[in-house]
Amino acid sequence: MTKQEFIRRCNFTVINEGNNLNTEVKTPFCCDLLSIAMSKIPAGSAWVTVMGNINTLAVATLTEAACVILAEGITLDAAALSKAKSEAITILATDLSIFEAAYEVYQIIHASVDL
Amino acid sequence: MSNTITLTYTISGDDFTRAGEASSDVKKKLKQMGAKPEVVRKVAISMYEGEINMVIHAHGGEITVHISSQEVIIILNDEGPGIVDVELAMQAGYSTAPDNVRALGFGAGMGLPNMKKYSDDMKIDTILGEGTTVTLKIFM
Repeated sequence: MTKQEFIRRCNFTVINEGNNLNTEVKTPFCCDLLSIAMSKIPAGSAWVTVMGNINTLAVATLTEAACVILAEGITLDAAALSKAKSEAITILATDLSIFEAAYEVYQIIHASVDL
Repeated sequence: MSNTITLTYTISGDDFTRAGEASSDVKKKLKQMGAKPEVVRKVAISMYEGEINMVIHAHGGEITVHISSQEVIIILNDEGPGIVDVELAMQAGYSTAPDNVRALGFGAGMGLPNMKKYSDDMKIDTILGEGTTVTLKIFM
């Protein structure tokens, strides 16, 4: 599923739409420790985390995550928001827990496969 | 890519807002050069971990990157405190990062292990009180 389609179907708040909207969203990924995330995130992941700082964005960019989804009502701090806009990184947000958000990602991706 | 391209970066100490910029720049350049995606990923991960280590532990430093058709060599040079026990520092999960760094999501003790895992060769030269040079090699 393309990121554009994913954004249209999900119930997450769009903090920053970003670019590369034709990128494929392949899988949810959950982790808050950046060094572990750095080495494990598959490219094209929808990365669900509660770390809303600028380093999260650096890791997302370097690993070519499709988007960052901030769970548990977390928001980006000012520096991170500015970076997300300047680097055109897709940031979504939700009040759901990490598990619930990742499960929603999973359902959206797999629903599209079943159609 | 018959010639070697050399890039140099100065890393600011304790500035987490800029950490990752050098790695991102190298990543962009490698992609422009048409390097294989797995090579780009290995360079991005191992260099970013090195960059972060410099910010956390060494008050910054210099990174020199040599790119040729055969390999990418990343030399991370700092004048920080040095590594007391390299073997211990290489153990996954061991970390001396302070609490403020852990609060940012770092300090999992995966920095050096990730650098080793994602490079094809890694060498650490460290002198206590003088600094550390980590040399990473990734084959194209």
